[in-house]
Amino acid sequence: MSCSNESVEQYVPTPSPLQIPQLFENNILNPTIPIDNPQTVEGIALGKKLFFDPILSGDNTQACADCHAPENAFTDSDRFSDGIDGVFGNRNAMPLFNLAWNYDEKFFWDGNTFSLEHQAFVPVSDPIEMKSSWIQLEQELQEHPEYPNLFQLAFGTSNIDSTLVTKAIAQFERTLISSNSKFDKFLLGEIELTQQELNGFDVFMDEASGDCFHCHGSDKNPLWTDNAFHNNGLDETFTDLGLGAVTGDPADNGKFRSPSLRNLEFTAPYMHDGRFSSIDEVINHYSEGLKNSSTIDPLMKKVAQGGVGLSEQDKSDLKAFLLTLSDYEFINNPDFVID
Amino acid sequence: MQKIVSILLILCLFTSCDKDNDNNVSQAQITFNFSHNWDGTAVSNSNFNSIIYTNENGEDLSITKLRYLISKITFQKSNGETFILDGYNLVDVTNNTNLVFNPMNTIPIGNYSKVSFTFGFDNDDNYNNYQDLNSASWSVPAMLGGGYHYMQLEGKFIDNSSAEVGYAYHTIRAVDNTKTPLEFQNTFFEVNLGAVVITSNTTFNIEMNIAEWFKNPKTWDLNVLNNALMPNFDAQVLMFENGQNVFSLKSVTP
Repeated sequence: MSCSNESVEQYVPTPSPLQIPQLFENNILNPTIPIDNPQTVEGIALGKKLFFDPILSGDNTQACADCHAPENAFTDSDRFSDGIDGVFGNRNAMPLFNLAWNYDEKFFWDGNTFSLEHQAFVPVSDPIEMKSSWIQLEQELQEHPEYPNLFQLAFGTSNIDSTLVTKAIAQFERTLISSNSKFDKFLLGEIELTQQELNGFDVFMDEASGDCFHCHGSDKNPLWTDNAFHNNGLDETFTDLGLGAVTGDPADNGKFRSPSLRNLEFTAPYMHDGRFSSIDEVINHYSEGLKNSSTIDPLMKKVAQGGVGLSEQDKSDLKAFLLTLSDYEFINNPDFVID
Repeated sequence: MQKIVSILLILCLFTSCDKDNDNNVSQAQITFNFSHNWDGTAVSNSNFNSIIYTNENGEDLSITKLRYLISKITFQKSNGETFILDGYNLVDVTNNTNLVFNPMNTIPIGNYSKVSFTFGFDNDDNYNNYQDLNSASWSVPAMLGGGYHYMQLEGKFIDNSSAEVGYAYHTIRAVDNTKTPLEFQNTFFEVNLGAVVITSNTTFNIEMNIAEWFKNPKTWDLNVLNNALMPNFDAQVLMFENGQNVFSLKSVTP
């Protein structure tokens, strides 16, 4: 009983729950936040500093933000990104936003990593990316004049380890919320769309036309992705097995996670291997460029004819609609830039 | 005095709750299990992605995705008294989720002349906004009247030219979108499980024969009807008709 009378002061950082956009609140489930890594003011600030700090790389030359830049909706404009030794990867860097709404928490193009925290582990020690070691990084951070105190504020300990580093980065990444595109504002009744943009939305939503909505969200799913894995008819044979290499199931070969179409304007080039440099090329692919394979998604229609065969007007309208998903407030948000 | 009455009321409430929950003498928890077959051969997601089934029209086919919505589980007594269990369930065979549905509320034990559920949503339920279904990309475009899918059955089949072709057998409320305003025909349907005596917590084992969707009364020709079926009014009506014998009650277990 005497124990209950003793007061043990425990440091608690300042809670900073995610601000859920109204459109998301209205239409989709709340985001996934791990119970052992709640959002805090101090954790987010630390994660932001780490995200932009080249100390994470082996030779202190490359930060997360080098391949995930705010102006590109937190991706880059390269087909493949190079690491600190100039070696290129074989997948296009994915943009980063609305990550807390990836309910299954399968990250990367092939879903090989569960949870945002675990995702952040990978690039630091990847030999063709930041090529550091966690032991080295932990030591550098521990000896840094500022970081031990920042970890103390964020987590109540100045003993820095990889778990806390990735927790902080994940907290910052969860704040990267994009919800202020022209189309968002249209759905909230704040602005009107042009007739061409509305026509393009019809192409997007019409199962007998573009039929994009089955995999890429809708006015009811403002993520503009299902975060699921599909073979969208890029190749007849696969040089990159995608999900199949993760699951070992041949039925998953050639499947990759649907990327969000939000902020498409800022995230070229497109597809897991960045093979398409423009939105027009992407639309042409679905219209007449489909290639058949054993695992192509049944929703890829008229494969024998190369695709759904959109008219030039349909293509133009669809592109106009897709550009309404650009969120300029997101890419210019001062909260997402290092001071 | 007022305080004493309040305390007594609270005590009574707790007492009655305890009696209901602990002894469970008057209320029964209901569970629905969903399993699937192809004309008697069990189907699960482990059988997906291989062309191993043949439909009534003779087309060899595979299943790559199957998920469907059921709602409004209803228990009706002979005197007309009706109990409706809360909620709906999106059965997802592809991901092996929601094959077991435990509604939150319970029903009184007793004799019921009819137990039923709705395939899909009735029109009252269909036009509400459901965050979980939206998140599952289950909604129907506004150009088709909005609401939600009832079922998504997808796969590949061998067509008349021996090519492997995708199919997307998606069921929604039938709509003629060439008309202004849109003209609808209801395609949700009630699945009648018959009379049941509920004496304790009870599990209903529901079976779907997937082959029936292609069989009766319309022998489905996938060469003709394989994709873009959502805006196809006639196809939706045919799906509704073929769906009438898809479900059966395999067993009821206490």
